[in-house]
Amino acid sequence: MAHSMAAKAEYNYDIIKKFAAMAMVWGVLGMFVGFYAASELAFPFLNFDNQYITFGRLRPVHTTLVIFGFGGSALFATSYYIVQRTCQASLHGKGLATFTFWGWQISVALGVVSYMLGYTQAREYAEFEWPIDLLITATWLVYLYVYVMTLRKRSQPHIYVANWFFMAFILATAILHVFNNLAVPVDMFGMKSYSLFSGVQDAMTQWWYGHNAVGFFLTAAFLGMMYYFVPKQAGRPVYSYRLSVIHFWALVFLYMWVGGHHLHWTALPDWTSTLAATFSIILLMPSWGGMINGIMTMSGAWDKLRTDPVMRFLIVSLSFYGMSTFEGPMMALKSVNALSHYTDWTIGHVHSGALGWVAMVSFGSFYHMVPKLYNTKMYSEKLIFTHFWLATIGIVLYITAMWTSGIGQGLILRAFDSYGNLAYTFVESVSYLHGPYITRAIGGFLFVTGAAIMAYNLYMTAKQGKREAAEAAAAAA
Amino acid sequence: MIGEIFNWLGDMRNSKILALLIFFIGFVILLVFVYTGKERSKRLESYKNMPFLDDDEDEQKSSTTVKKDE
Repeated sequence: MAHSMAAKAEYNYDIIKKFAAMAMVWGVLGMFVGFYAASELAFPFLNFDNQYITFGRLRPVHTTLVIFGFGGSALFATSYYIVQRTCQASLHGKGLATFTFWGWQISVALGVVSYMLGYTQAREYAEFEWPIDLLITATWLVYLYVYVMTLRKRSQPHIYVANWFFMAFILATAILHVFNNLAVPVDMFGMKSYSLFSGVQDAMTQWWYGHNAVGFFLTAAFLGMMYYFVPKQAGRPVYSYRLSVIHFWALVFLYMWVGGHHLHWTALPDWTSTLAATFSIILLMPSWGGMINGIMTMSGAWDKLRTDPVMRFLIVSLSFYGMSTFEGPMMALKSVNALSHYTDWTIGHVHSGALGWVAMVSFGSFYHMVPKLYNTKMYSEKLIFTHFWLATIGIVLYITAMWTSGIGQGLILRAFDSYGNLAYTFVESVSYLHGPYITRAIGGFLFVTGAAIMAYNLYMTAKQGKREAAEAAAAAA
Repeated sequence: MIGEIFNWLGDMRNSKILALLIFFIGFVILLVFVYTGKERSKRLESYKNMPFLDDDEDEQKSSTTVKKDE
């Protein structure tokens, strides 16, 4: 049985505040870059013939800023918060935790600058060149050490399930990062390196990494966030703890096998491709089990959705998690993939998960956590409602635009006339995309505007908390 | 002997079935472990309250954490 409240530990909130602040900085910046890159696709003159800001260079800048800058910093912040509060133990190694902060922030900043200068490994979501990869490895190993040592100091006999998800995320990311980035540098003092793998094995390694980055970085870790913040905000425990145990083991086992579905109809052996598709379909079960577990936590308290905007963020995030984990296995079917692959449908699917699930659950968690860090309340509830609607409308516009462009693009590219010739030219498919691309940019603009409002609201909350603390100290003196 | 075992495992017709059996049985054991035994079920479900064990003064300050705008 869980022990009742142990002697109150001195939690290290400073490191969490730093990571939370940087998550918002990188988030707003990264989403703005995404909006600009989307605008470049709709209006190519925005490239301004400037090599540093062409779509090809801005695209990894966007993905790195939002995944690693925003998502990564949000995960550091929330994992450090959750591990301390569920273990009732202070974070191990203040200096080491600070090292993880600087190591991570410097890696993200160096990555972004190096992409704009043209340095990239050209591996999706792993574009960092080798010197930055080494810094990330060192940072990550220290993160693992800090996390494990904090767990070892726990006052509770049991490790709460959210921490299981975070541990799986940290361990899997370490393995994925190291093996996918095995490379031979051209020289000791240069940025360029070449992968240790070649041909289809290189592609397989990359997508083993790529999909597990989705599975462990963007799913398992955020599920850890969900298993703590949804119950906390709802004021009631998770629907079924036993289901969360099944959810965990099934998810971490199944995800490792599915990377091959990114390489259907390529030189990858057919059996590998089929295996990946099969596991992708099975993956629907734990994904929906977890989603239902999260949503059912609200059972008996659905009225909160009317009044609590933070709860809306969390429940909408779970809804998007359910939708994108249905869409993913469907797109992993070879026949569907034959249409969807190499089209914008994939981009829509990714953003359904990234904006709808990852970003929304992070927003909800931050709205819960930041006031606690500063021992105050959120500065403005109205701004949270505003943010919620801007984000939700932005996502819907984005995804529907990408469905329209992607499915249309796929159909155009595969259409034949009665003589077996292609019915459309490539340029006709590009021209078709113009309308959806504008809609997508508008959706992105709404989303980044909402994030900027959130950053302002959190900043004012922190300021308010500091002022209240100073007033309380003065009154006590 | 060991070489024969490796040869047997190296044959996909054997290893696929073996892997299926190991993982399926493992999953069934997990299900049985989690969903049987009254005491165990009760103990496992008690862990769901862990996030609420350290509710302290900062939580008593507000049940919603959100300030109502004036």
